[in-house]
Amino acid sequence: MDFKIARDDTWPEISFEERIGTAEFRIHERAHIVVDGDTCRGCSTRECVVACPANLFVPTSDGGILFNYENCFECGTCYLVCNKEGAISWNYPEGGYGVVFHRT
Amino acid sequence: MSRFDADAIVVGAGPAGSCAALALARAGKNVILVERGPFAGSKNMYGGVVYPRILDELVPNWWETAPVQRWVVRRSTMILADDNAFTIDYRTPSWGRPPYNGATAYRPDFDHWLSRQAVAAGATLVTSTTVTGLLRDPAGRVNGVRTDRPDGDLSAPIVIACDGVNSFLAKEAGLYTATDAANFTVGVKETLALPRSVIEERFGVRDDHGVDIEILGGTSGVNGGGFIYTNLETVSLGVVLKLPKLTAQSKRPEEIIAGLKRHPAIAPLIEGATVQEYSAHVIPEAGLSMMPTMVTDGMLVAGDAAALCLAAGIWLEGVNFAMASGMYAGRAAAAAIDQGDVSAKGLAGYTKLLEESFVLADHRKLKDIPGLVLSDRVQQKYPGFVTSVIERVFRVDNPNPKPGLRRIVREERKRAGIKLGDLLRDGWKGMRGFG
Repeated sequence: MDFKIARDDTWPEISFEERIGTAEFRIHERAHIVVDGDTCRGCSTRECVVACPANLFVPTSDGGILFNYENCFECGTCYLVCNKEGAISWNYPEGGYGVVFHRT
Repeated sequence: MSRFDADAIVVGAGPAGSCAALALARAGKNVILVERGPFAGSKNMYGGVVYPRILDELVPNWWETAPVQRWVVRRSTMILADDNAFTIDYRTPSWGRPPYNGATAYRPDFDHWLSRQAVAAGATLVTSTTVTGLLRDPAGRVNGVRTDRPDGDLSAPIVIACDGVNSFLAKEAGLYTATDAANFTVGVKETLALPRSVIEERFGVRDDHGVDIEILGGTSGVNGGGFIYTNLETVSLGVVLKLPKLTAQSKRPEEIIAGLKRHPAIAPLIEGATVQEYSAHVIPEAGLSMMPTMVTDGMLVAGDAAALCLAAGIWLEGVNFAMASGMYAGRAAAAAIDQGDVSAKGLAGYTKLLEESFVLADHRKLKDIPGLVLSDRVQQKYPGFVTSVIERVFRVDNPNPKPGLRRIVREERKRAGIKLGDLLRDGWKGMRGFG
């Protein structure tokens, strides 16, 4: 057997890009989630930043939030945890697009 | 010719939707099953195990064709504290042969298979089509759906919303009064590749037998839980995190998974494994207290869309509740069509079927358990208390004589900062709640 067992309690650590790269996303040109930048700029709690499993909400140096819909799991966590009315407009992607799970 | 496109439109080809469509097709109804993914199951993930007993009614001998990974013959509940663990482990070979009990499966495989059963029975499956809203007649009764296809309106006297945990249709129909983040957890999972022989050695199983381990603790202090279970050539490992508790701290979900993987009781099980697929999904976790109204004029709601997910600590089930509620929704819809009354009153048979079966009976019996399991004491204090009691029971501290069990419990309870009254109250609540 050529399978090697690690010598300690570690495993191949991967970057977030590699991690998200293990899932398939069929990206539509139209964003299915729209984030209101002005509302987010005034938000100090930013629940979405820590909670989104796909890490799609990234704070910018000028106090805003950079949002990318492309690698979205369509789970709904962001709009559920958001405290700001209307900051996140959430819909499903067009039929046939978005995340495609295979081994989960 | 009917003025409708079908007798019923079922939205979402997950386990609820496919069983609803299957039941309707079996009753001779013309049913369209609409799925937004490119294939049924492509949007679905979960934290575990399918218990398909209810399928005996719809797909006899389902185990001969269902795409199962492993039959669960070992069921463990693990309590994790800082660096130690206490596990209750049950195993029996009888769950590894017909008629079986639970199985691990990839949802894209399982849900796809289930949708094919509906199609074989006569349902029309339309994939890659997102339903964007409800159609209503002038009196306000639901009579179809709008889709994102050109000229994509589909009309039918009955719509069954099986559109998942975020159910925009149930919300649009006014079946939910409010959406509270505290009722939801997010499940985040890694499918970890390991050679089959390594999995079987580490988990102590052979052939197509598998293990399901549910974990209390090990979630970096965020209320929730963890899980590990075996597939044929992968191990699925993940955490379930209560949303308001996740956002009240600074660790991200994948960091919480990494913490679980580093735990000394977990690390040896997954050493050397590579991430094959990372995934996430939201879970309706609050049981009966968050459930919507199940029917309105021309519409029923089933599965996760109706919050029919049982998160009761020792029982963590959802796919079976989805399949059963979908089946009952399909049957009630067919009966309503036959009787010519698709109003909320005509569809009330659905609620009755849910109440007479495990679907609502289990939820009623266990209504206090989801809250108890996710409570701060159970999550933050009891795991350490339990494992430290166990540690002292099994530690041989010669030449000191063994302390009495009562003394150990008292001392460890105090050390954990648990008031006796609270412990008794929670114990009573658990005893009563579990019936």
